[in-house]
Amino acid sequence: MIDDKQRIQNFQTPKLQNLDICIIGGGPAGLEAAIVARSLGSRVLIIDDNPVLGGQLIKQTHKFFGSKAHYCGVRGVNIAEILSKEIQAQNIEVLDNATVVGYYDDDIIGVLRQDKLFPVKAKVYIFATGASENMLAFENSDLPGVYGAGAVQTMMNVYGVVPGKRAVVIGSGNIGLIVPYQLLQAGVEVAAIVEIMDKIGGYHVHAAKIKRAGVPIMLKHTIIEAQGKECVEAARISEVGGKYECLLGTEKTIECDTILIAIGLSPLCELLYQAGCRIDYVPELGGHVPYHTEDMITTKKNIFVCGDLACIEEASTAMLEGKIAGAKAHEALFGISRKSIEVAKQAKHELAMIRSSPFEQRITFGLSKL
Amino acid sequence: MRGYLQEHPILEFKRGKKVKFSFEGKEIEGYEGLPIAAALHAAGVKVLSFSQKYDRPRGFFCAVGKCSSCLMEVDGRPNVMVCMEPLKAGMNVKRQKGQKT
Repeated sequence: MIDDKQRIQNFQTPKLQNLDICIIGGGPAGLEAAIVARSLGSRVLIIDDNPVLGGQLIKQTHKFFGSKAHYCGVRGVNIAEILSKEIQAQNIEVLDNATVVGYYDDDIIGVLRQDKLFPVKAKVYIFATGASENMLAFENSDLPGVYGAGAVQTMMNVYGVVPGKRAVVIGSGNIGLIVPYQLLQAGVEVAAIVEIMDKIGGYHVHAAKIKRAGVPIMLKHTIIEAQGKECVEAARISEVGGKYECLLGTEKTIECDTILIAIGLSPLCELLYQAGCRIDYVPELGGHVPYHTEDMITTKKNIFVCGDLACIEEASTAMLEGKIAGAKAHEALFGISRKSIEVAKQAKHELAMIRSSPFEQRITFGLSKL
Repeated sequence: MRGYLQEHPILEFKRGKKVKFSFEGKEIEGYEGLPIAAALHAAGVKVLSFSQKYDRPRGFFCAVGKCSSCLMEVDGRPNVMVCMEPLKAGMNVKRQKGQKT
């Protein structure tokens, strides 16, 4: 314990004092929140655990769609660059390679950076911590060669390292459809996409693209076992019946050295539990999510949320939520202004437009349960 | 170096300089600044550690410093998340082994 105390150094450099808003997470939501709050006049700090800003955008090589206001036609990796440049242009302070490890009394957060733990205090916090990939239980699911689909995306698109030679993808949501396409671009063979439901989970555009490339999508199938001694050598899959039970005699072995799990994400809300925010269980939004209003404020009046932490959705909606959180956090400190009202109103309008599509009904229903 | 993407239809990889480091006493080459796990993976090393209780092999899983599947001993420091820790020249990287050994 003494050692820990010794490690808590008084790192409160003048730079980090008198903060208005501290944003935890430098992905699409956090960056937009920072840009909006800063442009309204707040003193903002972004804390991110990566060496570069952009969150998961930095590995997204596909073009976004939607309207021009939502970066239609621009690749995620380029959106990250655009937002990072804006952060620089606005002189927003950034603590990179830093992890927020706790939320303490007197609304102080503990930050771990380069083996030093130090406190940071801001008047208002915007949490944009994002989400982590869900795991699936099957035999040998811990074998090296079983990866989160997002992890494979990071490895090949950010580090330029090929994950393997032949892959099987579990899940056909948007990640499960996009990542295999990117595997093909990196020269990796994709044996199959396995989906337990009777229909494809993601957008038709992505599904059509991967089907055209000749990758079979096996509906009503699931993985039952990863085979191999020290690393994955094959995946055992089985057809499922009406109650998602494995049908005996339908098992198949697919040779592969890489298994990607793309079955969804869970919000990273641990810090908010600690802060005392109310957490609700809403499956439609991704599981345990912090209660928040349409102004993105939680049950604590100094804590706002945005992005995948608030509800598992898309980068485009995360950016809009970020704008709302940034504007409302600024208002909480300095009162309303014509510009803050305008920004929040516009973002809410655009969010409502996106969520009015039949594909996003699940989100609207989930939000109504909060 | 094998294991690294050389050509890509969309991306261009800006890599740091090549450096040498030690893995289990063997010399391996990697790019400075990329996570240690990326260098190991590119060199064909998929098993990063063995689980505490049953000695099961563990590898790279989440890539974002959340899952603890990639904890290794680096320069004598245990439990380093090698999916996040940048590679430096001369690092000494070792697998962590379970309680059985």
